[in-house]
Amino acid sequence: MIKSNAELAEQISNISRRNFIRGFALTGLVLAVGMPSVLWAEDIKYGRNGMPEGWVDNPLVFVSIAEDGTVTIVAHRAEMGQGVRTSLPMVVADEMEADWSRVKVIQAYGDEKTFGNQNTDGSRSMRHFFMPMRNVGASARMMLETAAAAVWQVPVSEVKAMFHEVHHQATGRVLSYGEIAQAAAKLAVPERADLVLKTPDAFRYIGKQSNKLIDGADIVVGKAEYGIDVRRDGMVYAVVAHPPAYGDTLLSFDDSETLKVPGVIKTLTLESTPAPAFFNPLGGVVVVATNTWAAIKGREKLKITWKSGPNAGYVSETFRKEMEKSANSQGGKVLRSLGDAYKTLATTENKIHAEYYIPHLAQAPMEPPVATAQYNNDSCELWAPIQNPQAAVDTVAKWLDFKPEQVKVNVTLLGGGFGRKSKPDYMVEAALVSKALGGKPVKLTWTREDDIQHSYFHTVSLEHLEAAFDDKKRASVWLHRTVAPSISSTFDTSAINQMPMEAGMGVVNVPFDVPNIQLENPAAIAHTRIGWYRSVSNIPHAFAVQSFIAEMADHVGRDHKEFLIELIGKDRKIDPRTLRDEWNYGESPEEYPLDTSRMRNVIEHVTQKANWGKKMAAKTGQGLATHYSFTSYVATVVEVAIVGDGQVTVPRIDIAIDCGPQVNPERIRSQIEGACVMGVSLALFSEISFTNGVADQNNFDGYEVARMNNGPMIINVHIMPTTDYDAPLGGVGEPGMPPIAPALCNAIFAATGKRIRSLPVRYQLES
Amino acid sequence: MKLNINGKIHNVELPSDTPILWTLRDELGMTGTKFGCGKSLCGACTVMLDGTPIRSCITPISFAENKTITTIEAISEQKVGQAVQKAWLDIAVPQCGYCQSGQIVSATALLRDNPKPSDEDIDNFMSGNICRCGTYTRIREAIKVAANNLETAHD
Repeated sequence: MIKSNAELAEQISNISRRNFIRGFALTGLVLAVGMPSVLWAEDIKYGRNGMPEGWVDNPLVFVSIAEDGTVTIVAHRAEMGQGVRTSLPMVVADEMEADWSRVKVIQAYGDEKTFGNQNTDGSRSMRHFFMPMRNVGASARMMLETAAAAVWQVPVSEVKAMFHEVHHQATGRVLSYGEIAQAAAKLAVPERADLVLKTPDAFRYIGKQSNKLIDGADIVVGKAEYGIDVRRDGMVYAVVAHPPAYGDTLLSFDDSETLKVPGVIKTLTLESTPAPAFFNPLGGVVVVATNTWAAIKGREKLKITWKSGPNAGYVSETFRKEMEKSANSQGGKVLRSLGDAYKTLATTENKIHAEYYIPHLAQAPMEPPVATAQYNNDSCELWAPIQNPQAAVDTVAKWLDFKPEQVKVNVTLLGGGFGRKSKPDYMVEAALVSKALGGKPVKLTWTREDDIQHSYFHTVSLEHLEAAFDDKKRASVWLHRTVAPSISSTFDTSAINQMPMEAGMGVVNVPFDVPNIQLENPAAIAHTRIGWYRSVSNIPHAFAVQSFIAEMADHVGRDHKEFLIELIGKDRKIDPRTLRDEWNYGESPEEYPLDTSRMRNVIEHVTQKANWGKKMAAKTGQGLATHYSFTSYVATVVEVAIVGDGQVTVPRIDIAIDCGPQVNPERIRSQIEGACVMGVSLALFSEISFTNGVADQNNFDGYEVARMNNGPMIINVHIMPTTDYDAPLGGVGEPGMPPIAPALCNAIFAATGKRIRSLPVRYQLES
Repeated sequence: MKLNINGKIHNVELPSDTPILWTLRDELGMTGTKFGCGKSLCGACTVMLDGTPIRSCITPISFAENKTITTIEAISEQKVGQAVQKAWLDIAVPQCGYCQSGQIVSATALLRDNPKPSDEDIDNFMSGNICRCGTYTRIREAIKVAANNLETAHD
């Protein structure tokens, strides 16, 4: 039976409620998907209040001060390169008037009841925790002031915390934080309503440019500890031979040659679990050895017979044709309808249409999935690079038949995440192997081949667009049919339509001022595990939408920028509900409307900085794109130069972001730079395709990503200034990605006259 | 087998085809050198063998006999390495930081042999080191800063 999105979402949220009651809440993983279903219910909570376990701002949870004055601040969100271990503790340090050079940061283990939501995805760490972390710092500062005032027996209004000391200005007396820490910790935590936050002019670190990375010094000497670096006494090493296609199962295996490999200790099996995948392990044959290399060699010697499963017939070329068929036929779930697009199309001569294809992608963080586990009879401790530690606790507990409190998940640094490490399947594997070894600590490493062949892949998409024009060359019809297997298929095998979360990533929530709009979503069935990948469905949607707008402008012979701004229409704040956006990145539609003036501003700003329309040499060109995602507004101008036999080089990218208040501008800049490079990767090089259910690529030779010599040469990040720190914050980690590929392909069109409608570009320009 | 790593002799009893990478990481607990691909495609595992940058994931320990291995843990003992590390911090190059051990070892080797590299020199030399976070523009800048600082130190 085919379920509607609403039914599916309802079902998912019911699952989450049921599990919650049963005590192994899969909240992190299921609610993240199921949230849209309950969004418009009457008691809906938004933003940080809508996340599982919400938020905590108790200073006693996050801050401790040693007698020597060392301030230790807990980072409860996972560090994967976005700088969150620096930026969030820095907010605390600023509000509490701590000296950053005397701050130590420790990482929280997975425990959302204690720390608040820890699911580090959705570009929302700062968006959701700026305020709570300010509260933490302000509470700590006020407690220190109260303690000092008590020592001096003066009114607290006469004392002031300043840079790691409390001062009594009238008498010049000073107490260091270390001296009064113990007394302060015994005081009652101030009521939230009584907190006095700093005014922005008093910020020491927030919004400043030169904040040192908390882990920088360790990173450059090789001392920073990632998941793959964890070592435990008596530890053994494991790799897994996973089923080649998702859904294949183990029939039999012969390990006689494996066991002859020096260092191999033993083999064991992990059962495969039927779809839906959730965060369950894939199953397969485990090789345990005295080091990783011996385990890898042992795995090579396995002779395994697999039983083909339901996805063994998945062939990307065939699937693309099926998607094209769906995308070309009227129908599918209607996401939004305004006026009468079909009638207008039928009666208009001046119209165009185009189709865009965006393949599967693998996140491929430089550190592959890896986990260390140590099982005991009544507990299990794990160490891993994990974006969603509570989901890891819950999923491992379920597999071991433990209560969540019997599982401890220590979060290491992540050697990249990009969405892959939101899914703790590899941690379950490690826990099960340690259990099978009678509690021996085991480090289970995915090789790059495992990572690229068995990811939770970014979906594959076919986007069909049509437009008609009135006699003033303005758009009279906008029709977008989006076809892509949904992430919800990973949690429900009957899911065939995009969730509100996916449709709300650039299909429904486009602000175009067009009288006839038709947005449709024909069904698509998933044949592999589909998951989050940095900026998720914004990638295909922005690629299609922003490429098509350039095609429209070209068709009617108008400047792309002028046409784009006209299409967006006059400055206005659009309630996302009126766009049938039932998700709005989980944020309040009142607090976070779609503000077209901010979109126009980033376009104006970046085109000015990039000198849009300047005269370009032969075989070079500029391309423009804009996209709203994760509540931030981005526009970019990409320059390309075609060299040699059709190779695309990217001499320069200008990119403007309006993310509201900026807490750590230097890390915003670095995130946007990184998004440009990853955007170039997927535009030019990266593709996962399937033959008979198996990914055709398995390492960085087949699955290519940008390198120093073919990535962007110059990236100019322009951050829209703001001084209002009460304004809602926007996301940063993901919003830079979506507009890169369309801007790059628009630039290729400007340089060559060739329109790229299928990613990656790769050899398409070669003659 | 005896291995000279960062000036210290280590006795390892492993099959001679064991890659230097896994010997360092699993056997000797020197985890600064990272695993990225296992096929010499990404550069995360770069170390110096007799001063030459090599991919330790495909280089067996038998190749290292009677040679010296230098890893990220000892790169600061070289003047060039130290300048590179400092520039990396000054420019705030790392994001997740995982690939940066390999990047820093490669950059150190580059500057040692080519103290004033052009953009093209840098791109060619460094393109074997993948950074998925996309820190390339900062790496290029940091290499130039390190080069300038080293030159100034010579004057």
